[in-house]
Amino acid sequence: MEMPVPNADLIARKAQIVAALAKVLPAGGVISDIAETRAYECDALTAYRCAPLAVVLPTSTAEVSAVLRICHDMGVPVVPRGSGTSLAGGALPTADCVLLGVMRMNEVLETDYDNRFIRVQTGRTNLSVTGAVEQENFFYAPDPSSQLACAIAGNIAMNSGGAHCLKYGVTTNNLLGVTLVMMDGTITEVGGAHLDAGGLDLLGLICGSEGQLGVVTEATLRILRKPEGARPVLMGFDSNEVAGACVSDIIKAGLLPVAIEFMDRPCIEACEAFAHAGYPMCEALLIVEVEGAPAEIDEQLALILDIARRHNPVELREAKDADEAGRIWLGRKSAFGAMGQINDYMCLDGTIPVSALPYVLKRIGEFSKQYGLGVGNVFHAGDGNMHPLILFDANKPGDLELCEAMGADILRLCVEVGGCLTGEHGVGIEKRDLMVDQFAPDDLEAQMAVKDVFDPKWLLNPAKVFPLAASESRRLVALAAE
Amino acid sequence: MRPETEAELAETIAACRRPLHVQGGGTRAVGCPVTGDVLQTGGLSGISLYEPGALTLVVRAGTPLAEVEAALEGEGQRLPFEPMDHRGLLGTTGAPTIGGVVATNASGPRRIQVGACRDFMLGVRFVDGQGKVIKNGGRVMKNVTGYDLVKLLSGSWGTLGVLSEVSLKVLPKPESAATLRLRGLDTGQAVTVMSRALGSPYEITGAAHDPQAEETLLRIEGFARSVDYRAGQIQALFVEHAVEVDTDPGRVAATWAAIRDVAPLQAVAGDVWRLSVKPSDAPRLAEQLGADALLLDWGGGLIWARVPADTDLRARLGEVCGHATLIRGSTASRAALPVFHPEPAPLARISTGLRARFDPRGILNPGLMGG
Repeated sequence: MEMPVPNADLIARKAQIVAALAKVLPAGGVISDIAETRAYECDALTAYRCAPLAVVLPTSTAEVSAVLRICHDMGVPVVPRGSGTSLAGGALPTADCVLLGVMRMNEVLETDYDNRFIRVQTGRTNLSVTGAVEQENFFYAPDPSSQLACAIAGNIAMNSGGAHCLKYGVTTNNLLGVTLVMMDGTITEVGGAHLDAGGLDLLGLICGSEGQLGVVTEATLRILRKPEGARPVLMGFDSNEVAGACVSDIIKAGLLPVAIEFMDRPCIEACEAFAHAGYPMCEALLIVEVEGAPAEIDEQLALILDIARRHNPVELREAKDADEAGRIWLGRKSAFGAMGQINDYMCLDGTIPVSALPYVLKRIGEFSKQYGLGVGNVFHAGDGNMHPLILFDANKPGDLELCEAMGADILRLCVEVGGCLTGEHGVGIEKRDLMVDQFAPDDLEAQMAVKDVFDPKWLLNPAKVFPLAASESRRLVALAAE
Repeated sequence: MRPETEAELAETIAACRRPLHVQGGGTRAVGCPVTGDVLQTGGLSGISLYEPGALTLVVRAGTPLAEVEAALEGEGQRLPFEPMDHRGLLGTTGAPTIGGVVATNASGPRRIQVGACRDFMLGVRFVDGQGKVIKNGGRVMKNVTGYDLVKLLSGSWGTLGVLSEVSLKVLPKPESAATLRLRGLDTGQAVTVMSRALGSPYEITGAAHDPQAEETLLRIEGFARSVDYRAGQIQALFVEHAVEVDTDPGRVAATWAAIRDVAPLQAVAGDVWRLSVKPSDAPRLAEQLGADALLLDWGGGLIWARVPADTDLRARLGEVCGHATLIRGSTASRAALPVFHPEPAPLARISTGLRARFDPRGILNPGLMGG
């Protein structure tokens, strides 16, 4: 992936910029030593690295505002960062940017069980939001796989999902309000403890805007009462088509499981070798989880198993207790680690209409042969969010490029069958140049017009989301105005 | 003007030199009065794609809502967000369209549990104020590819673009439903009961209170045995009250349609305001508003208030978390008062900026949302 040529003038003015930032932050709030800024040189898309000009770690909304005002006035690009777990390069710095990390802002500001919300600073990790309310049997629903580490700030930036969004929705469906700091330092509240916007739905626009419209420092999140219980069932099938048809029949029958996870043979084999979960060796495996009181779970599972039996499963396994439930999930939850044992991998997250599943899996198999790279598929089948893991060897010259080319072919295929490039990871730099495959120039222009309104100088995370060629004139005009 | 295709819609808008009043079924006459040539979307009609097994529906914006609902009913599915029918409250006639539902983000009692119209929107195609056709989102359930203009267009009341096609996530219709009724509670007690019910694990899909009738209503939906079980649990939770359970499908549907359409406030004249607030503020506000009649939905988070015509209800709100919209107002009050809640200055600047970019000539429902 290409990044814009850094602005040499800004790099030359580093000392002046750092001095201005140090004035508005507490001691230790600015990092400018190259040995230390290198700790922030990448996110979870580790193939791409670049140390920023400086790192700032503010501790309050007021400090974020002061930092942004300085950067705005001095024309310095700002790359916001939560915990740096983006798989799309959303928090990848440029050499001329100030990296703004919100991780020191991780307090719970308010919990309100009567009105069912929690207000937190956005450096707080996803899992620790649930941790703050679980003593009252509440939880925060979006559960991305990285939930132990990922920050709410990044969840909002990427509109993160998770395994349970079939029932509970993604971040945008669970976000009630934010404190937004705009690039010029203006602080404003959007939404709050009430539902829906009184005017245009700006909250819906901000969520998923990849840190390009403003920096979100506080968030009001919807919390839900935990269900009485949950139980998974595992099903094995001898073809992807049959597993896909089973998913469709479950949904058509009016059942709404909280999760329907799908794994194909390469992934099952890798997980089995790694985690020894006792999975059956078959072409496709589904894990379906339902929630409720014990009797409700029994009733739903009985209906689901009836449907599954009509598709001649090679295996049907019910969890009789928490231990067995844990074993059913064990392999799935270790899928990424298992694939990582085999080789380096790239994880895609294109989304497809569920009906296109068998065709897409067949074509991915063909790409795998054509490129000579292994691929395992594990994904959220209920909502069509694929996660092909392409295996490659980072130490072998040319392998990363080959892997990226194959990834691009898979994502184009997702678009071709009526899907999209990314279901929950975001565009970042990774899918930036494929945006032209999903959107016409006018579609992209409309999105860039939104950024013009929020950030006229294009200083916030400017080299992301849009193909560099499409955003170039805007980035250069902003630069020339300096 | 009544374009029959998206291309015709684009040509019509591009060629337009005067303000346009965008209209689906014309049943949601809300907002500052718009003077302009009427642009009807009814010609853009028909379901483009419906995959029940994928819970997805793609439909042209001018399609009558009744046609959409009939198609879903045929597969045992529904629009989960329960869009309000404004005809009873506003005294309008005509047939609501799906585009009108989306453009107004119309959502009913189930919003409290499953989300609003905007939460079920997967994609839009629309024509902006310069006649450019723009698409955003798509037809898949998870999509974070680029900015979410789908949400921006939902509830934009035709001021940013004219919708030509929308895609939605739909859900199965549950096998069974029950209304749980508590009588004689005051507003404070009712909000406490609704809050406890909504904070329980029993998946309440409706929580409303009618102060005039002194009735507090809760709704449970799902498989029949599950509904029975949860109804029993709720009765046990409020053992100090007599909780009546009604599982007659026709009556349950009628009860909640009446809440959705604000039936208790319809008949008597006067302005009707819609307030979205923090539920626990509802009892205090119910006093403070001095309204002639009230209806609480969303566990108290949605307050409908009827006041004499030309009353500035917002002036009685004081500092409150939320917003107030004048839904039924005399022409005089809709011209004199901001119909939509004034935004804080930075957001008002953003909204104005977005309108200027999407509709630089200011011809799409100009002034409807104020600003």
